[in-house]
Amino acid sequence: MSVVAPTGDAASTRGSRGVRLAVHAAVPVAIALLYPLLPDYHQGNVVRILLLAVYASGYNLLFGYTGLLSLGHALYLGAGLYGAGLGTTALGLDPLLAWLLGVALAATLALAVGALALRTTGVAFMIVTMMFAQAGYLSILHWNRFTGGDEGFVVPTVRRVAGFALDLGEPDVRLVIALVLYSLALGICYALVRGDVGRVWLALRDDEERVELLGHDPFRHKLLAFVVSGVLAGAAGGAYALLFGYVGATFATIQYSILALLWVLVGGAATVLGPLLGTALMFYLVDILSGYTAAWLFAVGAVLVALVLVAPRGVLGTLRHRFRWSWLP
Amino acid sequence: MDLGPYFLLATLEGLLMAAVLALTALGLSLVFGVMRVVNVAHGEFYMLGAVSAWWVASLVAQAGISSPAIAFAAALLVAPPIAGVVALAAERLILRRLDYRPEPTIVATIGLLYMIQQGVLTLFGPDARPVRAPFDLRLDLYWFGWSGYKLAVIVFAIVLIVVARWVLVNTRAGLIMRATEIDTEMARALGGIDTRRVYAGVFTLGAMLAALAAVLIVPIQQAHYLMGLDPLLLSFVVVIVGGLGSLRGTLVAALLIGLSDGIVSVFFAPTLAKILATLLVALVLVFRPQGLYGEAPR
Repeated sequence: MSVVAPTGDAASTRGSRGVRLAVHAAVPVAIALLYPLLPDYHQGNVVRILLLAVYASGYNLLFGYTGLLSLGHALYLGAGLYGAGLGTTALGLDPLLAWLLGVALAATLALAVGALALRTTGVAFMIVTMMFAQAGYLSILHWNRFTGGDEGFVVPTVRRVAGFALDLGEPDVRLVIALVLYSLALGICYALVRGDVGRVWLALRDDEERVELLGHDPFRHKLLAFVVSGVLAGAAGGAYALLFGYVGATFATIQYSILALLWVLVGGAATVLGPLLGTALMFYLVDILSGYTAAWLFAVGAVLVALVLVAPRGVLGTLRHRFRWSWLP
Repeated sequence: MDLGPYFLLATLEGLLMAAVLALTALGLSLVFGVMRVVNVAHGEFYMLGAVSAWWVASLVAQAGISSPAIAFAAALLVAPPIAGVVALAAERLILRRLDYRPEPTIVATIGLLYMIQQGVLTLFGPDARPVRAPFDLRLDLYWFGWSGYKLAVIVFAIVLIVVARWVLVNTRAGLIMRATEIDTEMARALGGIDTRRVYAGVFTLGAMLAALAAVLIVPIQQAHYLMGLDPLLLSFVVVIVGGLGSLRGTLVAALLIGLSDGIVSVFFAPTLAKILATLLVALVLVFRPQGLYGEAPR
């Protein structure tokens, strides 16, 4: 049923374990080292890409590993964004608390929607997640007295976090926060995917009946994947609101749900580093194209079609398949 | 105006909405029923129908023919085939190569959605385009006047749906479609049916139904490159509530959603009406995951 072909033999030796850990740890380190060399414009982009990659990494757990195609993850991105944004502006919370509020809001919504949507499978699941997200987006427009409707609202730059002086308007501070957040997400995904839960997720993707026969509860494992991916989306959204000082309804549109799917597919579904790679590649493709045409979304469509036709495994998935890198999670 | 006339107006607007929605959702439901795939680009075929209708009508006007009836008739004849040709090309070039596997098809039709939408933006620009109704007739309903054209749309949609049902039940083409729907393998192996041609035909037909619905609506609501999302989402709601693949369910659900949407929109904000429609989907799912008329999942 899944877009993604099953992963290769997951048998790992002691040697490949070291390589695997080193490769994944090297990525955030490399970003930290390269960052000071970049011009200002690209420094801002790196922060955005890291946050969006947290969102995509969460989506990958559900779509890539568990094989559940949701088209409603913008709801949890939006929940984090509005939770953190309104938490600071309307409730006057400390930014850390506001961020946690956003994450908690995303988690609650993911738990509720997941519990309902997982009653269905396949195509109906896709439609239902999309409908819930659309209800969330329309709610943002409808209650515009609080949300600012289509235009959104500005979050004043935060200069104190949890009582400490910490200027979130500073580019370097933003990078450190985004990098820490991405590293955490990377670590969580890596641990889950390599652990027992991840094995059950992959098995669910490939053959749900067998998982049930082996005594695992499919519903609970799917719900876990749904909630964890919702929490990561909320964490990304909340951080985005606080670091870039803007909350807008665009982030809650279906387009952002589709973008998560696109980024994961480009980088390689069911690869831990794929979402970051896919987000970065598409971010720059769109960035370059939008300089030339208003119809840059055409590229998003063309890439999606090309991917399913020619390279359904994405960049990292294709590399893993071609060179038999079965150690790459 | 009293509550009663308000309610009558809301019911009429709801019926109009239901008629157009039934045609659009019928296309989506047919594709799902026969091919077992969801066409996420369905709303873009609707949009393509509307924009093509404007294009054809303005060409006719440029040719010096000032009658809106002739321009509209030309649009009605030409716009759905335009959408049909695009759909057929997409079926041949993309869907067939994916072997109609459900999830890759969803991803590919999302891609198609953007390609059609942005293609139309590039060709025709971002402006909303009007098409004149084929005739001006105002029905005097004592408390308020109502457009005679809207009534004609309702009647025309009902006729089309009756014809569609008749074709499915009584003709050889309908029989072949139903045989493919029930069991593709058997239809191919024992019935000697070229199921690939059936798939291509059904996908094209589905797109043309959406485009036809859009041509009917475009004198009431202007054509715009972003207009495809709402009919897509509402069709999804209709098809889920009615039961995936059930034609009768699709019609009943279109009536239900159209009427309630029309009525709620008159008394409350349209956004609230849409939020309620999505919550209706949630309720149907909790109590009847297979929809009103769908078969229980096997």
